[in-house]
Amino acid sequence: MDNGKKIIMENKDQEKNSLYLKLIPYFDRYGILLLLLIMIVVMHFLQPDVFLSWRNVTNIFKQISWQSMLALGVFMVIVTAGIDLSVGSIMMLSLMILAIVAKAGAPWFIVVLTPLVAGFLCGLFNGMGITLLRMPHPFIMTLGTLYIFRGTGNLISGGTPISGFTDEVRYLGHGRIDLTWLGLEKSQYLPVSLVLIAIVYFIFWIFMNHTRTGKWIYAIGGNPNAARASGVNVNKILVIVYSLCGFLSGIGALILAGRADSGYPNAGLQSELDAIAACIIGGASFFGGRGTVLGVFAGVMIMGILRNGLNLMDVSSFWQQVLIGSIIVLAVYVDVLRRDLGTRK
Amino acid sequence: MSTSNQLLLEAKEVTKYFGTITALENVNLKIHAGECLGVVGDNGAGKTTLMKVLSGLYKPSSGSLFFEGKKEILESPKDSQNLGLEMVYQDLALAGNLPIGENIFLGREPTRNLGLFKLLDFKKIKDLTDAHLGKLKINVKSADQKVEELSGGQRQAVAIARSTAFNAKVVIMDEPTAALAIKEVGKVLDLINSLKKTGVGVIVISHRMDDIFAVCDRVMALFQGTNFAESELSNTNRDEVIGWIMGKK
Repeated sequence: MDNGKKIIMENKDQEKNSLYLKLIPYFDRYGILLLLLIMIVVMHFLQPDVFLSWRNVTNIFKQISWQSMLALGVFMVIVTAGIDLSVGSIMMLSLMILAIVAKAGAPWFIVVLTPLVAGFLCGLFNGMGITLLRMPHPFIMTLGTLYIFRGTGNLISGGTPISGFTDEVRYLGHGRIDLTWLGLEKSQYLPVSLVLIAIVYFIFWIFMNHTRTGKWIYAIGGNPNAARASGVNVNKILVIVYSLCGFLSGIGALILAGRADSGYPNAGLQSELDAIAACIIGGASFFGGRGTVLGVFAGVMIMGILRNGLNLMDVSSFWQQVLIGSIIVLAVYVDVLRRDLGTRK
Repeated sequence: MSTSNQLLLEAKEVTKYFGTITALENVNLKIHAGECLGVVGDNGAGKTTLMKVLSGLYKPSSGSLFFEGKKEILESPKDSQNLGLEMVYQDLALAGNLPIGENIFLGREPTRNLGLFKLLDFKKIKDLTDAHLGKLKINVKSADQKVEELSGGQRQAVAIARSTAFNAKVVIMDEPTAALAIKEVGKVLDLINSLKKTGVGVIVISHRMDDIFAVCDRVMALFQGTNFAESELSNTNRDEVIGWIMGKK
């Protein structure tokens, strides 16, 4: 009798447990979107006239446009359990090269390609350093190149801003897609940068989730020895990841060139920290192997909305720093709890 | 099991130096189809080094490997996998963040073509995983379960399933029961026996005499990087094998 009772209780426990376990993956995947939704609702409630207006929403996307590229690059690196501190400097160097090439009178299609190539090569340099020089941690290599790339950018430009680009060069960062044919007003346009974010994020979502290389990036973050034993060329994948991260920083430079119409020495200063913060808020784990492209997008949006909303409410930027910092700590604490729940030890 | 079965893998005079340290010296090893060879030895006797040479993770300093009678030079684990030689590592070499199916197919994922691009075929991964786990009678909730959610025995089973998913001819297992609870050990040993029945040659490295005497047909002992003793299991006993591990004949 007692035994029967015990078994029933255990079964109940298991059922409860398994329902719990079934919910975790959904929370894992969509919890961050819930947070984003809550923020949007709260901001709308606080600023009903302005926050969800066409003008403000497009503004948010313009503001996060180049940061979202850096964050996506850093995300892939973090999935491998690495870190890239140099993305801000890569972007600045790519921007300066673009500015110099533009000033030299190169045709626009050459100018547009330069930051992409420059960013890619900077990333390749990082990847080679980490794998060939066998740096003990990517932190060290990319800390070094954080200084090297920014210094080089200042050397080639003389440390002064170079301004004035043609409309073709500025298109990705400054272009507008007219929607008057949909019956909307002239002011209700679609920023090209928004479309670009959508396309790039979609491509990288496919890349990370539906290709072998993407799967191997996650595997390296989960257990590099397992990946190696399975015949994955870990060093090659790492070089690809850092190169792509540099390439995305190059896209960021092209967008910034459009937005700012200028190459300037302080471009992207400390933006590597924003990029890392967006990844962490978006649920990427520093231990590697965890995080989603959608999560990073949500992380970038949360930081963008927070800044935008606090600006609308005239909150000092000092408070913004405190709030963003608090959200990072909170997000990582949630990650810790999640690991405790989901993992057998 | 008789040794008249087909010779699958042979290592001849394998020597491996790490700097000035001699990890292996003129070691020989043979494994036949459907046979289980137990490799025993004290810590540092060279067991793991020998297995890493066989799997292509280390290159031998001298000596050669023959697979089905043909001399082979292994540059990487990929080469040994292509020959049908699989390794189950002591630390299991699974990525905990990935589901069971993706671990089994890691590095060899089936893809489907979408225009110019090759995309992962998740349905095929799931179907093949379910079929393979069913064949080996491994019970898990779902092939989509992440490996980090599994128990030690289930992880070991997944590692063994991965090693046999691609028609392996020889499977090398490094301490397959070391990290397991007692009730899980039996399941892994059953799995080894069913592999033997399908004609796979199994090499088991183990400290545990119980495991060796439960599944092996032949046992060889390494001592300080050299072949020390070897015997059919029926011609020896536990005390003798334990003596070999200590370096006593």
